[in-house]
Amino acid sequence: MAKINKTIKTITVDADKCNGCRACEIACSSFHAEPKYSSVNPARARIHVITDRLRGIWLPIFAGEYTPAECMGRNKYIINGKEYDECYFCRASCPSRDRFKEPDSGLPLKCDMCEDDPPLEEPLCVQVCLNDVLTYAEREEEVDEDTVLDDAEIALQSLIDEYGMDVLLDTVNRMLQKEVE
Amino acid sequence: MRYAETGYNLEIDLSTGNIERVETDPRLMELFLGGLGTNVKIHWDRVPPETQAYDPENLLIFSTGLLCGTPMHSANRTLISCISPQTNLLAYPMMGGFWSPELKHAGYDKVIFRGKSPKLVYIYINNDKVEIRDATHLKGKGAIETQEIIREELGDLQIQVSAIGLGGENRCAVASIEQSRGSCSRGGAGAVMGDKNLKAVAVRGTKDIYMADGVKFWEVMDEVRAFIRHRNENPLPGIMPILAGLGSPQSMLHIDEQWHTESFAWGNARVRRRNFWTKEIEKSWGESQTEAIERLISCYNCTQQCGALISYRDVPNYLMKCFSKLTYGMAAYVDDLDFTWRICKRAFEYGLDSFSTPQILAFAVELYEAGILTDEDFKGCPTDKEGRFFWLLDRVAHREGIGDLLADGTYWAAKRIGKGAEQYDHNTTKKHEQMIIKLGMLDPLYYLMYSTNEKISIPQVEGNWPQAPFPRMEDREAFVEDWVQLPHERFKKYFLDWEPRGEFSNPHYPTPEIASEIVDWMETLHNIDDAIGLCAGVGSFCLKPPYHIHNYPKLISAATGLDLDEDSLTHTVNRSRNLHRAYNILRGLKREDEKPPEDHWRRRFPELEKELLTTYYKFKGWNEEGVPTRERLEGLDLPYVADELEKRGVLKNGQD
Repeated sequence: MAKINKTIKTITVDADKCNGCRACEIACSSFHAEPKYSSVNPARARIHVITDRLRGIWLPIFAGEYTPAECMGRNKYIINGKEYDECYFCRASCPSRDRFKEPDSGLPLKCDMCEDDPPLEEPLCVQVCLNDVLTYAEREEEVDEDTVLDDAEIALQSLIDEYGMDVLLDTVNRMLQKEVE
Repeated sequence: MRYAETGYNLEIDLSTGNIERVETDPRLMELFLGGLGTNVKIHWDRVPPETQAYDPENLLIFSTGLLCGTPMHSANRTLISCISPQTNLLAYPMMGGFWSPELKHAGYDKVIFRGKSPKLVYIYINNDKVEIRDATHLKGKGAIETQEIIREELGDLQIQVSAIGLGGENRCAVASIEQSRGSCSRGGAGAVMGDKNLKAVAVRGTKDIYMADGVKFWEVMDEVRAFIRHRNENPLPGIMPILAGLGSPQSMLHIDEQWHTESFAWGNARVRRRNFWTKEIEKSWGESQTEAIERLISCYNCTQQCGALISYRDVPNYLMKCFSKLTYGMAAYVDDLDFTWRICKRAFEYGLDSFSTPQILAFAVELYEAGILTDEDFKGCPTDKEGRFFWLLDRVAHREGIGDLLADGTYWAAKRIGKGAEQYDHNTTKKHEQMIIKLGMLDPLYYLMYSTNEKISIPQVEGNWPQAPFPRMEDREAFVEDWVQLPHERFKKYFLDWEPRGEFSNPHYPTPEIASEIVDWMETLHNIDDAIGLCAGVGSFCLKPPYHIHNYPKLISAATGLDLDEDSLTHTVNRSRNLHRAYNILRGLKREDEKPPEDHWRRRFPELEKELLTTYYKFKGWNEEGVPTRERLEGLDLPYVADELEKRGVLKNGQD
């Protein structure tokens, strides 16, 4: 299989440096407003600083993958003697919680690293964090060429959606047998 | 569509329980911006000068600033205004923290309280849903504790809560309103809140704030941010560390407090300890501060680190504001910071002003030492300095015994105690505890600021102009070189000419004309900050700040859609300043009230001081008595104010 170079984008969170100002939430919501920069609303941000000031908790988390089904189990945290709500520190947009969903539509939100044309030097949350809690890096990784597979998978999925898995499998079997013959 | 502001106020009548969401007139933003500006207008329109602090008609207005909640770094201030029980003038204490942006996102610019609740209540604002909730279970609870309990019972850590402690409940005239690491302290707004039987206001909001031209706004913010980074990496050379950077004086970040501890007066604003900052003190304070501070923290949308989470031995965690680190210790003559970390926690829970309260306690100690207060008054009081302060603090918050008199503040306590106690009330202006500074030579700039500003308390008036001339010309030249914040080039000359000694030094230089001009500029900056909700630590109270008269108009215009330039912005805040002035004059403010404490400087110059004040009044468009003239008021679109001043006989017909 062919190898290709892929750009991996990371934002490193040095939570020890966070002083809880939420500038990242403001920048994020402003960048993703429609039209761009036309409004501000941390409730629409794809980054959220979990804050419990007196217990020393300032933890920026980025909106992760949308999941249509909640986890099989729940997790609970106890920190400095306080028990936090179930899944409080999770970054998924999931049916069991309101976090990382558009407050109006309920549609899931996910960090997209502020992809833009022309591209930003760094995601906006990283730019506004003057305490360097957030640092952005890109690296090249060699990965298997999988673009074609992705396309094939999309095509197959649409066939499954149209005809159902059984019909599709029957068809493939029939075609295979024809080839053998 | 309304930009930057939400266009709605919340009106809550605590007597009847009526809650209304009221759309505001868009023209008010043009005329008064927001924050302090629009608050003053509401008080002028709705609270007549006969109203006293504890009348149900006294409005208590929680306000956001016009740019709170926009992407403007450090625009997070909450301003609370009411008639002060201490000064009987319009007070407007402010705090940082997180409350104000949350209120905007809930869809309101202000919450206006009137009346008095029959029982203790708190308010929960959750976007469009607003509830008056029972707070009897919170009676007597601390102001910090209350914030936690409410968040817990409403089940949302993102709720922001402003609350009073026992100080406010017991109507101590120096009671504060506390929230996160902020505190609305000066003038006793907490007492008015307690008088209204209002324990707390909790807010959660998830709505949009709209920007008129967000793209343009971010362009200016990119420059501002680059400047902040530059200033953070390059403290001003030759300036004491706590004032060399941005933010409020960096008392949490820095250990070095030589300047505050040696230049300011200890006890009841009495003694300067010129050799206090020894190697031993530096070591002990360094160790204590490192132990106590778990993390430096900031307010909403601000990356400066002026506050701290204090986690100290057996003291439950709390958030520290910058200068409280020094006020109790210095007032009590206690050299060990251990005392500070302990007493601040208790005082913050009570919800008492960290500037006024330590002075009141020190005043009580002096009265005791002078025999004016007796053993009977101090029965049960420990004899050590630390214990005495804790004991007195408890008495004030509970209004027990002598604490009942002290709780009204130094001025009123002295009057009621009598027996010569008035002589010990030597550091109040307009009945309010002033900064603890006692110096040698009259300073014309400070003379005007102490005398005239509505904030009364000096640290909230001064700012962009260095506190003293630089001895060396080359340092002055270097300082003015990149001084882009100045309103005019000629200000550079004023600074270059200003000498520590000789003809061009205090008290005769800056001349009354130049002093008026410089003070007017600094006041204008404060008035802008207080209208837009910007922290003075990156604006008006700061040397070489990122925000200044040349970029305020761009930011305000881009956020709101107003078309402002430097002149029209200055004109706008002059309007609210003059309205505020006129309002206080109707409430009895007079020229003879406008003076710093007698002993503020050893060397005073009565004739020069008179000339300074008269020149400044004239510069402002006020008459000999300090009353805005009809011409001035009409020029600011305030003819109705001139009419009212004339009707009440304060401004004589046809008088200029």
